Amino acid sequence: MSTDGVDNSKRRFLTAATVAVGAVGAGFVAVPFLKSWSPSAKALAAGAPVEVDFSKLQPGQLMRVLWQKKPIWILNRTDQNLEDLVKLNDKVVDPNSEVATQQPDYIKGINRSLKDKYLVAIGICTHLGCSPTYRPEVAPEDMGPDWLGGFYCPCHGSKFDLAGRVYKNVPAPTNLVIPPYTYLTDTTLVVGIDEGAA
Amino acid sequence: MSMLEKTLGWVDDRFPLSKMWNDHMAAYYAPKNFNFWYFFGSLALLVLVMQIVTGVFLTMNYNPDEALAFASVEYIMRDVEWGWLIRYLHSTGASAFFIIIYLHMFRGLMYGSYKKPRELIWLFGMFIYLALMAEAFMGYLLPWGQMSYWGAQVIISLFGAVPFVGEELAIWIRGDFVISGATLNRFFAFHVIALPIVLLGLVVAHIIALHEVGSNNPDGVEIKKVKGEDGIPLDGIPFHPYYSVKDIVGVVVFLFFFSAVVFFMPELSGWFLEKDNFLPANGLKTPEHIVPLWYFTPFYAILRAVPTMFQSQFPGVVAMGLSIVFLFLLPWLDRSPVKSIRYRGWIYKFALAVFVISFIALGKLGTLPAGGIYLTLSQIFSGLYFAFFILMPWYTSIDKTKPVPERVTSK
Repeated sequence: MSTDGVDNSKRRFLTAATVAVGAVGAGFVAVPFLKSWSPSAKALAAGAPVEVDFSKLQPGQLMRVLWQKKPIWILNRTDQNLEDLVKLNDKVVDPNSEVATQQPDYIKGINRSLKDKYLVAIGICTHLGCSPTYRPEVAPEDMGPDWLGGFYCPCHGSKFDLAGRVYKNVPAPTNLVIPPYTYLTDTTLVVGIDEGAA
Repeated sequence: MSMLEKTLGWVDDRFPLSKMWNDHMAAYYAPKNFNFWYFFGSLALLVLVMQIVTGVFLTMNYNPDEALAFASVEYIMRDVEWGWLIRYLHSTGASAFFIIIYLHMFRGLMYGSYKKPRELIWLFGMFIYLALMAEAFMGYLLPWGQMSYWGAQVIISLFGAVPFVGEELAIWIRGDFVISGATLNRFFAFHVIALPIVLLGLVVAHIIALHEVGSNNPDGVEIKKVKGEDGIPLDGIPFHPYYSVKDIVGVVVFLFFFSAVVFFMPELSGWFLEKDNFLPANGLKTPEHIVPLWYFTPFYAILRAVPTMFQSQFPGVVAMGLSIVFLFLLPWLDRSPVKSIRYRGWIYKFALAVFVISFIALGKLGTLPAGGIYLTLSQIFSGLYFAFFILMPWYTSIDKTKPVPERVTSK
């Protein structure tokens, strides 16, 4: 390459301009590849609202359905369970459901449900995504004498009560997430649609 | 001139075949005092080749589909001729790879092989280690068993702990709201194509950098400082045939142990293949006790040792990341004027012993439930693990070193 009479500033400008245009082009081309990683139309369709008939759910019984492929729990709580929740207010991090990200805004208070009796929650631990085990029995040997029933995550030992409220001093930082849901009738509900939107 | 020489000459005029052979084998002069610890580089290369070959053959019968994956692995195990052997070679090879890499890294720590002028060799090596961890993690999802599924669920949820964008990021990585077929397919693509290419590129860079500056040795002496009249280091011997033959002995001994595992205890009591992974993945039920494979447990123990802060588990994720980042920084943390542990003082020897004990203890604790005394122990050993790095600039500069000889010794 001849260097006689070269205008270096022009050369630098052309180099920089080429690099800049190339980088912008590469950036645009990268978008389709990065976007291809987002949930596909099929995965989103599988995340459509699901209708659940829970007419056969007995008191104390838990049923699991899939919404967005996540386990959704529907728990029929006994009156005793509901009384116990109040006793646990001091032991849980967020007794009155004040952390806004963990439930739709129409879910409030201690019970964390539309109807006091039925808890609807996403059965995925807010720590690292395991599905906690349903432990309804009171004071079993491995959970200690103060256990009034709840959920125990086998992965890292997080504990939740029967309203999905997280105990203090466990790895999980927040209460279990309550999905958007609404009742169609007394014994059917739809998970994935906000209350009042159906 | 024989036909063979003529052919070689023809090739050499068009491609530097003889030159490459000499540069990297016949005229690559390695220190003459290599010991036991110098087997693991070539063994790592052997296992890499074995993983690629067995992996290619597994791919011929494996189905990366959430409905078919688990059954196709069982098909390989039961119906494909010798399929069980190919699969056990691959699964045992994964653990063997990590054993070898950990011993290889320990050699670097003992003899200061990361110190100037070998910082880039160390960095390339660390990137290999990182790529290998990604490779192993993604490969472990493929059998689509319970541990595959929930292990991946936990590790990808780590990204969900990133403040603000976490949940979106985790969904983007999974391609779904939980681990699903989309995740399986992309992990398969990474495991069989993307990461092996990256690994091979890094291994080439690691070896080119090594052959540029020359190998370290147990004395930590630069053999290039003392050269004969022919320009060859007086303490150097050609890699081939001296070390190629020595390494073959290492290969044979390694294969004794490797075959014993492959043929007699391929699961190694759940350490190499976990029991829960013989159950198909079930998104509704988490196994009773979930642990990653042994080579990740030290970092898993560090993750669990850090308590939740500010309603977020992000600090634990950061600690786990830092435990790897510190290894990258080693060449700049070590202020000792000498390389080899042979000429270092008692402080470094003590620190290294504490580090090794901590790493092994964390590895064991990572397999145990996190709570009570195990949690406290995890926290103590995590502290010691980090102390090794954080205090290193201080203790390596005050450590009393011994004089380093001019030439290598024959100890």
